[in-house]
Amino acid sequence: MSTGKRILLYITLTVSGLVMVFPILYAFLISFMQGGELLQGSFWPESFSLVNYAAAFERVPLLMYLWNSLLVSVLIMAGQLILCSLAAFAFVFIEFRGREWIFYLFISTMMIPWEATMVPNFQTVQSLGWLNSYAGLSIPFFAMAFGTFLLRQQFKTIPKELYEASQIAGISKLRFFTGVVLPVAKTTMTTLAIYSFLTAWNMYLWPLLVTNNEANRTVQIGLKQMQTQEIASDWGVVMAGVMIVILPTLILLFAGQKRLQEGLTQGALK
Amino acid sequence: MTMAQEVRASDEKKLRKREWSNFLTGILFLLPSLLLFGVFLFYPMVRTVYLSLFLTSSQGVPIVFVGWDNFFALFQSTSFQLSAKATALFVLYTVPASVLLATALAVLANQKLKGIGLFRTMFSATMGMSVAASSVIWMFLFNPSIGLFNRILAALNIPGIQWLLDPQYALLSVSIATIWMNTGFAFLILLGGLQNIDSSLYESAKIAGVSDACQLRKITLPMLSPTLFFVTTVTLINAFQTFGQIDLLTKGGPMESTNVIVYSIYKDAFINYNVGSASAQAVLLFAAVLIVTVIQFKIGERKVHYQ
Repeated sequence: MSTGKRILLYITLTVSGLVMVFPILYAFLISFMQGGELLQGSFWPESFSLVNYAAAFERVPLLMYLWNSLLVSVLIMAGQLILCSLAAFAFVFIEFRGREWIFYLFISTMMIPWEATMVPNFQTVQSLGWLNSYAGLSIPFFAMAFGTFLLRQQFKTIPKELYEASQIAGISKLRFFTGVVLPVAKTTMTTLAIYSFLTAWNMYLWPLLVTNNEANRTVQIGLKQMQTQEIASDWGVVMAGVMIVILPTLILLFAGQKRLQEGLTQGALK
Repeated sequence: MTMAQEVRASDEKKLRKREWSNFLTGILFLLPSLLLFGVFLFYPMVRTVYLSLFLTSSQGVPIVFVGWDNFFALFQSTSFQLSAKATALFVLYTVPASVLLATALAVLANQKLKGIGLFRTMFSATMGMSVAASSVIWMFLFNPSIGLFNRILAALNIPGIQWLLDPQYALLSVSIATIWMNTGFAFLILLGGLQNIDSSLYESAKIAGVSDACQLRKITLPMLSPTLFFVTTVTLINAFQTFGQIDLLTKGGPMESTNVIVYSIYKDAFINYNVGSASAQAVLLFAAVLIVTVIQFKIGERKVHYQ
């Protein structure tokens, strides 16, 4: 590559990179600004004081919301990992009549938009007494076809002979599953865990439907609450809230970016 | 019974027993997923179809069977026509732009350069952003008095625009924000697709003296087509399912210009308590997603180049 071309490439990359992250960067800077600075239209805060962050925690019970979000996300992540890996194991190693049929059933779940089912789901959760509960926020999302397919792809790389030998040696299927399959699939499990956590943390519509008190509200709904309460007056505080909400997922994304990219591409195309 | 027959019978019995035990364990491993799919996906889908044929009470209890009346009423209501139009326009505005932008960024970031990791991180950043956080940020950018866009317009001596309050601009504004939100995920997948392309293809092209533009057209895009196809489908289906940015930015307004289908379902079911109508719309949403999926599969089978 010629030097001229390289410089041109770097310029294009920098410009498009800055355009893409600009909204996030700008929000970060605003989170340190006071009302007056915003009205003047400054781009750089006068000082990097944490007043707005402290205010964000005071105006809404942000700490409680963060805790709720963390708990719900971890629950969903764990639930999905367990259910998906169990199902994927059956699809790869246990041969039985009707398995193919069940596999098509799993594929068909991907064609049902979740939003089309939200009314009866709300009624179900209501009749189970799960409104405003961690169970209602997490359990409906435990089963996931995409995760199952992703793990199935990974499990398929384990030689079948290994499984047959273990069967002859009288090792139980569950032992083989926990002792051999899961350790081999550690990387893919991690990828799936990152993806699950990201998606769960960022969920919006379902928590909006099934929570109406502060004790169980997640942080995303907390943002909506902040935005509607303080909209005109305190953008600095609102943006501080935004920063607090996106920090965990951004860290997770940057740490797991490469893995996520490989995992998602693999799951998408095979 | 002869000896041989006896042996065969006992073998068969053993085989049967093993088949049976395999069936039981198989089902047992699949049961948690099947149970949840049943309760939270298949049952509510069937129930939605059922409810769409009824007049319902405000609690969502079916009262009178009305057949297709809910659907007929929908097709005749201006509100639903506006919602269908908003959804179609939203898809049109966001899907091609998101895929194009993400593809351009992915091609750009698929270079062996020093520090490329930093740029990849920047391009994928929106994947970590929740719809709520992104919407709040864009709400500020669109703010008529202190937002960035009107400041730029003011600097150019152009009068400001009521981005989210003007029916002419609201859907476009929400779409711009959505394109930005979509890019991270699409970029990440497309970059993965690019990196899976066999590098020897490029080496041969280089030896043959094929130009960069030609390489892009003849190698990169055809080899990337399965990934492009997947990303387009996912973005399209996501567009049909849009809710959060509408709820936070416009609440379906102004004058229902951004009242996309899922927001309309939400409003009918949980604000107007008209569950029958909401269910009919949900059935139509399901049908739309199904048709898109099937069409994409049919086209995909024919046109997309698979390795």
